Parts: sequence; C-alpha cells; structure tokens
Amino acid sequence: MITNTLARRRSVQPAIPGVVTLLLRYIGLMVVDAFALWLIFSLINDGIWELAIAIGLITLLVNIINLSLPLKPLRWISPAFALLALGVIYPIVYTVYVAFTNYGDGHLLTKAQVVQLLERRTFVPETGVRYRWEAFINEAGEYALWLTAPDGSAFFVIGQGELQPVSGEIPETYQGFRRATRAERTRLLAAAANQQFGPEGNRLSVTRDFAAALVPRFRYDSATDSVTDMQTGAVFTADDEIGFFVDRAAFEAARAQNPEARARDFVMKIEGFPAGVGYRTVIGFANFERFFNSPALRGPLLSIFAWTVAFAFFSVASTFALGLLVALLMQGKFAGRRVFRTLLIVPYAIPALISVVTWRGMFQPQFGIFSQIFPGLPNVFADGTLTRIAILIVNLWLGYPYFMLVCSGALAAIPADLYEAAQVDGASRFQAFRFITLPLLLVSVGPLLVSSFTFNFNNYTLIAAFNEGNPVIADSPIPAGQTDILISYTYRIAFSGQGRADFGLAATISIIIFLIVGTVTVMQMGLTRRWEEVSRNV
Amino acid sequence: MSSVSRSVIFRGQKSSGLTFKQRRQLQNLVRYAILSVLVVFALFPVLWIVSASLNPLQSMASQSLIPNVSDPALLLKNYRDLLGNPDRYPFFRWLLNSTLVASVTAIGIVSITAPAAYAFSRFNFAGRRSLLLFMLLVQVFPNLLAMVSIFLMLQQLGVYLPFIGFNTAGGLILVYIGGAMGTNTWLMKGFFDSIPRELDEAALVDGATILQTYTRIILPVARPILIVIGVLSFVGVFNEFVLARVLLRDKETWTLMVGLYVNFVSSNFANQWGLFAAGAVIGMLPTLIVYLVLQDQIASGTTAGAVKG
Repeated sequence: MITNTLARRRSVQPAIPGVVTLLLRYIGLMVVDAFALWLIFSLINDGIWELAIAIGLITLLVNIINLSLPLKPLRWISPAFALLALGVIYPIVYTVYVAFTNYGDGHLLTKAQVVQLLERRTFVPETGVRYRWEAFINEAGEYALWLTAPDGSAFFVIGQGELQPVSGEIPETYQGFRRATRAERTRLLAAAANQQFGPEGNRLSVTRDFAAALVPRFRYDSATDSVTDMQTGAVFTADDEIGFFVDRAAFEAARAQNPEARARDFVMKIEGFPAGVGYRTVIGFANFERFFNSPALRGPLLSIFAWTVAFAFFSVASTFALGLLVALLMQGKFAGRRVFRTLLIVPYAIPALISVVTWRGMFQPQFGIFSQIFPGLPNVFADGTLTRIAILIVNLWLGYPYFMLVCSGALAAIPADLYEAAQVDGASRFQAFRFITLPLLLVSVGPLLVSSFTFNFNNYTLIAAFNEGNPVIADSPIPAGQTDILISYTYRIAFSGQGRADFGLAATISIIIFLIVGTVTVMQMGLTRRWEEVSRNV
Repeated sequence: MSSVSRSVIFRGQKSSGLTFKQRRQLQNLVRYAILSVLVVFALFPVLWIVSASLNPLQSMASQSLIPNVSDPALLLKNYRDLLGNPDRYPFFRWLLNSTLVASVTAIGIVSITAPAAYAFSRFNFAGRRSLLLFMLLVQVFPNLLAMVSIFLMLQQLGVYLPFIGFNTAGGLILVYIGGAMGTNTWLMKGFFDSIPRELDEAALVDGATILQTYTRIILPVARPILIVIGVLSFVGVFNEFVLARVLLRDKETWTLMVGLYVNFVSSNFANQWGLFAAGAVIGMLPTLIVYLVLQDQIASGTTAGAVKG
C-alpha cells in the first residue's frame, strides 16, 4: 500500500494557488455571508438577539479564518468548529440565558413579536359604517360587492376601485358581474387577499356578517414602552420584571388601597392570550430561588436528587463488578472463549431503547414472563422501591459488557512479571488480585468509571422507556415520579405536556446537573493531572 | 498474552491437595458454570422478544416462550401486520428516516472531522493546543443536557430555515453532527498521529500541495479507520432516542426508535406486544450485525482509552 502511494505521488503536479481557487473561495465566502446577514437581520427584526449574536460571531470567525493568511491552518478546522459552536457551545450558553428568563408557555414570544401580533389586530370604530354585502363575480373571477349601509344608501365597488352610489333592489347582474354563488362567497371569505375592497383611505374588510373600514386596534409607543387599546382607551405598560403588559393605572390605584397588590393581577388580557399578554424576559434568579426555596418543590426534588445519585452509583458499581468478574473468567485460553465473548457482548449490541422496553415487557404485571414464572410476584411498576430495583437489574444487563471489554483490555496490559515477583514474595492468589490487579486496574479504568457515572446520571432512555419515571409522587405540585432522575424530571417540566411547559425552570435544573456532573468530573478525574498528560500527548 | 500471568503458580494453590491437572479441571468447571449462567442472563431477553415477534396472537397474554402454532406461515403474522399497514404504522418511513439521518450524520462527521484532525495532527499553529483541549472540555457536557435550548434554537431557526427547523431530519442531523465534533476529532487525530510523517513529508518535497497530500496520501492510508468511525457513528445515531424524541413531533418524521416507542409502548402496551417485538427484531439487526462483525475493533477502541488512561 505504501509503495503504491509512493509510486502514485510522483504524478502529483506542483500546484500554485490559482486565481480560480482564490475566486472560488471569495465567491463561496460571499454567498455564506449574504445568507448569514439575511438570517441575522430577520432574527433581530423579531427580537431574537441571542441567536443573531451567536450566528454573527460564528460568521465573523469563519470570515477571519478564511481571509487571514497566518490563520490558514484553521481553515481545515473551521467547519468542525462552526458546527461545534452551533450544536454544543451555543446551546450551553443559551441554557444559562434561558435559566434566567421566564421562557415557557404564556411567555414564548419576544416583546417585539408580541407587539407585531398586536399591531396586526383590527376593529371597527364606533364611528365606522357596517355595510351588509352581496358578492358579485365576473368571467375573469374578479369580485365586486354590493354594499348596503344601515341608513339604506347603497354602493357598488369593484375590487379596490371607488365606491359607486347605486340604488334599488340588488340585481342579478350588474356592470358585467353576476351574483356569486354560495360556494364563491365562501371562497371569497377564505382567501385573505380578496377581502380588501375600496380605495386607499377607505379600505373595507369583509367578514362573514359585514364589510367595514377596520382600523388597527393596538398602538405601540416605544418611548413609553406601552400599548394603547384604541377600542377601550386603556393603556398597558410593559413590565419587564414579570414579562407582561400591565394596566399600570389600575395597579397604582389598587396599591394605594392595598400595598400587597401585585402587578401580576393587572395584566392585559385579550382574546388569544388566555393567561394575559406575556412575553419572555430576563427575570434574574427567580428560577433558582424557586428550585432551592420553594417548599412545594423541595420534597420531590430531594427524593429525585437522592435517587439520581444512588442510581448512578449503584449502576456503576454493579456493572463494573460483573464486568470485572467476566473479564477475569475470560482470561487465559480455553475452549469456546470466543463464542462466550460474542454471546456475552450481545446486550451491548442491541439498541438500548429496545432492550429496556423488552425488560419492561418481561416485568409486565399480568402477562410478563416473570409473573408467569413466579406467580406471587407483586406488581413491580406500582411500587417505587421495586421499580428502582428492577431498573438497577436492567442497567446491570445493559452495562456489564462495556466493563467486560474495558477490563479485559486493562488486565491484558498489566505486566506478567509483577505476578511473578508477587509469587516469589509468597503472595496468595487473592493477595495478588487485591494488591496488584485491582490497584493497577483502577488506575486505568478509573476515568471510565467516572464517565460511566456521568453517563448514568443522565441515562434518560432507561428511565423513560422502563416506566417514564413513575410511579408518581402523590403530592408534587409539578408532576414528578419516584424513579425520575434529574434529567427525566427536566424533560417532564419542559416537554411532557402535563401542566404548563416551563423552559426557564427546566434550563435551571440543566445547569444544576451541569454543575454536579462537572464537579464530579473535575474532582474524581483529577482533571488537571489528566490534562497534563493529555497536553504531553498532544 | 494474558495467559502468561495465569500460568504463574501461587502459594495458595500449592497447598490445596489437588494435582495441577485436577485443579485445572475444577477451575474450568467453575468457569464454564458461571459463564453459562451469564449467557442465559444475557440472551434470555433477546430470545423472549424474538419469540414474542413470532406469536401470531399479538398480545402478551397469549405468549409462550416457544410459539405454539399449527401453521408455520402464521409465525410471520406480526411482521406482515407491521409492514403491511403503512397508514397505521409507517414502519418503512421510520426505517428510511433513521437510515437517512444516520447516513448523513455519519458521512458528515467523518468528512468534517477528518480535515480538522489532519490539521491538528500535522500543522503547527498558535492556539493549537488550547483549541484541542477546549474541544475536549466542551465534550464533558453532553448536548443531551442542553435539550431545552436545542429545542428552542431549532424552533427559532425553523421559522427562517425550514429545512433545519424543529421536527425536521435536517435539524436533528445538525444537532447530532455538532455534538459529535469534539470526541471524533480527538479520536481521528490519534489515528492520524500514528501515520508516519515521513509519508506526507516525502510528498511535500516532491511538490504536492497540502491538499493533495491530504487527499492522496493520508486519506487512503486512513480509510479503514474512517470507515470504522463512520459505521459506529451510524449505529450510534440509528439507536439514539432522547434528542430524536424531543426534536421530532410528527409520525412522518419520527425515526425508528421514536416510532417504536411512541406508537407501541406509550399506550396499550401489552396488546400490541407482538407488533413492537417484530419492529424491535428488525430494528436491532443493523446494530447487532455491526457489533458482532466489528467486535475486535470495538474492544480495542474501548480499551484504547483505558490502557492509555
């Protein structure tokens, strides 16, 4: 193979970076930049600053790297780095940001997006005329309206032309138009573009019951950061602390009476915003405070946290113990060694989700294989402790092949002369295991034990697929289960559809998991020491 | 290799009163006994799910370990029901989605991390070491943990770029590739380091450009490694469940794992057991084959980290 490549490389022509390559690079960069700029401006327009900034930074970096000569080697890395930035770094940073916001149901949109939505709403002012209407249509499919005002006067209007005064009964045909059928009427109402009639300045909108000149209902004033409801005259000011538009006048009046009054009780409420007109905003440490101080949350959280740690710890301990046992048994040459290894590796080679659900089926209380074999077996899924034990058994099955592979490799790397020396010193076989094998093994496998711990700390697939974290904790304000671990609890809060989605609190819990996992990694792995080694290898 | 250490005779063994051969036989007996019990433990769930997939009555209540049917054609009834009802169970759609997402991700990971690893392995530039360490450090946080913000990010992006938004294969692929950059760059750099530098230096002396050296010298030599990384990435993504469940909402966009779980497990579990089992058996085949064929590479891959530790 090497001779082959050597022979081939002689045909390689010395290449000078050509004008074409250069041109291609600039054009490519320009396309990327144009695209990125469009995206950034669209994001800013909707008030999604955080993503706009992230994409701006990534684009800027890619540009610098591709234009600067000293940074030429980084060109090879920039695609990987851009993807890492978007797929890992930004989500981490954004998680931190979201944890300090009220992002969630009722506060999904930015203030800019909410204002845009409000400014699109219209109403018929009291001075406006509501016409009854009859639709007409011509050969070309254009629509016209015969309008009758409440005072009896009538007009005919073709598309967005002038209103022509007419009189008498509504005719079957008029000016080349005929009465529209019921189906055509429906089509007119369905197509938004057809709903506007009349000239500029007296533009009529058609609704099912009437046609009238509509005016915008809400007016946003950026100077006072407030929205005026033109229909009622009420003024609502944005309250960035709680992320709602609030009727400040009513609130102040109430507070004069009762100092306990809260802004939250005077939020703007209109159709389409059941919980009030909310937007997302930074609310400081409120989520963290809720996490640590809320008495209602504390009970379930403590139990979830304790179980998470216990689950991760016992999972690692049991899988390591069994894996090591198998690795020890597999040492040396014996008939069928390879067959055994292939068969014992099978749990590792099956998608975890499928395995877990299979086990869930085996534990099924009425028809599962275990209740067939042991008829007296209680319903595992109804009892928290039993479910926990079952989960640990399942995880032992899932996890031991990994440590079997790891320990086999590590055992093979322990020099044989250490055992010879031990033998000369008169050590027993157990002593040799206790004082040579185990310490050396732990040195090499230790970091993998830690990473296995952090993996199980976040082993959502197992918890969710086995019993969705259930059985439930009875008195929890936010739905929670007795076998929930922190990450599955996070999932419940953000995505489960039970109760309202609270991304802010979910992100807060994610950060707390970040911190725990990070601390464990730093502490046990002696990250600094490992870093030195890594740096030497670099 | 490790048999050397086992042939050492310790003091405790001498005093047991058995001949060497007898002891050896006893040892083997114990070994086989324990290993056999473990094999039963390891294989029983697999046999049970295969048996469930062959039970024509579909419900868990009617399942016996050895399917009890008169007509052998009935054995495949679950498979026929699962594959023959594309409206109720778009199984092929899910299989296609999984295959598509996994293939694009695997190709993406290999083709993007390979040049990065090459640069880290061969070029000398300011910030090289800190960048490498940074990539390692970031990987301490799995992107599964940031699922809330990944979900929100794809929702926001999807408004402007529908092809990588929430509920699309494109968005999922973006997240998978991004999350795999750190680890795989490191892995690949390690392999590139083991390719002798003389090879590319000779090519450079002969006037090849760096790009030519990379495509014509390094890549062909590293091809087996690239394939292994690609195949393992494929399998990992094919089996991934959490992010796929968070980021895909509609039946048509689900991957196989999400489809199997949401369709057959979330509700009416025991009565659709046969259908789930049939889907599970099909779904586990790609991974099972890959792992059994590549078990030596996987074994050395997992231990590389351990031994080096």
